[in-house]
Amino acid sequence: MDFKVNKEGFYGEFGGAFIPELLYPNVKELEDNYMEIINSGDFQKEYKQLLKDYVGRPTPLYFAKRLSEKYGTNIFLKREDLNHTGAHKVNNTVGQIILAKKLGKKRIIAETGAGQHGVATATVCALMDMQCVVYMGEVDIKRQAPNVARMKMLGAEVRPAKSGSKTLKDATNEAIRDWINNPEDTYYLIGSVVGPHPYPDLVARLQAIISEEMKWQLKEKTGSEIPDKIIACVGGGSNAAGAFYHFLDNEKVELIAVEAAGKGVDSGQTAATTTIGSPGIIHGSRTLLMQDEYGQITEPYSISAGLDYPGIGPLHAHLFKTHRGTFLSATDKEALDAAKELTELEGIIPALESAHALAALPKIKVKPDNVIVVNLSGRGDKDLDTYMKVFGY
Amino acid sequence: MNKLKRLFKEKKNNILSIYFTAGYPVLDSALKILPALEKAGVDFVEAGMPFSDPMADGPVIQQSSEKALKNGMNLDIYFSQLEYLKDKINIPVVAMGYVNQMMRYGEERFLQRCKDAGISALILPDLPLKIYLNDYKILFEKYGLTNIFLITPQTSEERIREIDNASDTFIYMVSSSSTTGTKEKISAEQKSYFERIKNLNLRNPTVIGFGISNHETFSNACNYAAGAIIGSAFVKTVSEDSSEESIINFVRKIKEGE
Ligand SMILES: Cc1ncc(COP(=O)(O)O)c(C=O)c1O
Repeated sequence: MDFKVNKEGFYGEFGGAFIPELLYPNVKELEDNYMEIINSGDFQKEYKQLLKDYVGRPTPLYFAKRLSEKYGTNIFLKREDLNHTGAHKVNNTVGQIILAKKLGKKRIIAETGAGQHGVATATVCALMDMQCVVYMGEVDIKRQAPNVARMKMLGAEVRPAKSGSKTLKDATNEAIRDWINNPEDTYYLIGSVVGPHPYPDLVARLQAIISEEMKWQLKEKTGSEIPDKIIACVGGGSNAAGAFYHFLDNEKVELIAVEAAGKGVDSGQTAATTTIGSPGIIHGSRTLLMQDEYGQITEPYSISAGLDYPGIGPLHAHLFKTHRGTFLSATDKEALDAAKELTELEGIIPALESAHALAALPKIKVKPDNVIVVNLSGRGDKDLDTYMKVFGY
Repeated sequence: MNKLKRLFKEKKNNILSIYFTAGYPVLDSALKILPALEKAGVDFVEAGMPFSDPMADGPVIQQSSEKALKNGMNLDIYFSQLEYLKDKINIPVVAMGYVNQMMRYGEERFLQRCKDAGISALILPDLPLKIYLNDYKILFEKYGLTNIFLITPQTSEERIREIDNASDTFIYMVSSSSTTGTKEKISAEQKSYFERIKNLNLRNPTVIGFGISNHETFSNACNYAAGAIIGSAFVKTVSEDSSEESIINFVRKIKEGE
């Protein structure tokens, strides 16, 4: 089984570039150049240097002793929450901004849900002195106010997406429309392993640093670079793609993807795409998505803005379809409980998105000698408002 | 022969096409809008199948699509409205929408219903040329349908030639790098793009769309192409007044000026 993208931009039956002709030259330019650029010595040197000195990598692989005792196994946390800007998103933006510069682009656009990708984009734009416009759903602007302020302070213009569900999917539509209107000087810095080929592959490669580090860190700490299970949450799927990347071909490693069930997979208020979705096209990619019988994309729901997306990246659709990945879901309530548990046992306040990955721990079978890595994709600062409301602090 | 092909065989210039969103402003608006457009002397129409995520469309068509979906429009109703009109009108109809609508409905079922509804061609902007040629062309032909492709100011000559080869009715020439919407004037830059395409002497006629909104932009476009398509400006008009009189008046002003 092959889990890498093929020449046509597909993972099995998923992927491709279903884009209007208006975007064809933009996407083609990227497709023709991305591999050569990101594999060049020049790019790698700058990317690795920035990840080290600016982002603060490698991120620790932390043995969570009390959490491990609680679940009767060995749990390691990959601390993406300790990255500059507070999540894994910056691994991708650092890489893509260098790529954009090498392509001679002057203006950066991005979509954001939780605001983490928006902040990570605004950050690298400040660093590289590039103009930055971030599209964000009106609903998300309200629930992620601290991140909106951060983006503004970083010099980005935050434009509200007012159509549809006014969340991540609509922000993505607006970013795509902006790109159609500005085909020459603008680079679309997409935030997850979604969108038309080559974005899913590009973003997966830039997030692959997560599993690259995991391998040598596991070797140091456990004597083997191979864990039994890796757990990650899936919105679009970029932190999961990065955490799985170097283990995709090793079937001994169980890859566990956790989606947001919202108020329950059957509640009508959910973002659990693999449970209630079907194949179709969203944002230029053939993948699994939530839609009605007429192909209208339905509005997802999750307490976590970063998981509130009605699709998943085509790589994940392929992992699901081929059973290479185990797909679970966690409700709002389960995620909140998991966030509280981690905070109390380990003194780490996770992002609500990452709390969904933690919420898988009580749902899986473990043995005492198992090695389990949970990808802690981000920190909870941005979610304090929600935590305060729910827990009454 | 398919009605739309016949139109382009018989008429070589000043072809006027109007886009409207089915289900807007009210669910059965198409039943009045289509006959009114025919009466007004429009040459062919594009009947928009409203979609939740119309990524190539600007605010006016987005909002009309959202409203149409709220009104309860769906593909079954869309096709039955056109089936009902089929024997009552003569004007060629092009269905415009997004590829996910066709895929989800089931390709053959979708194409069969297009055929039964008398639709001549499809515009699915996010159906890539290569996938059309590999996976869909034979199927479309089986149902007597043809796909209309777009070109833009950024499309390379090589690709325009490929699109010309894959087309058999007309090529939809997007007037500038933008989503759908209205513009008051055609710029010098646009004119040189229109000129460049005209000089390619393509096999297929071209029709200019996106940004055509009034008599001036329409007649200007007709200097360079077989005709032009008006969308957002018409959708705006029917949002204010969708009576037959208003529609006939709109079309007259496009053709003759104020
Ligand atoms: C902390 C965190 N984790 C996860 C996600 C979900 O994105 P992805 O599935 O691409 O990793 C987000 C998105 O905003 C996020 O902020």
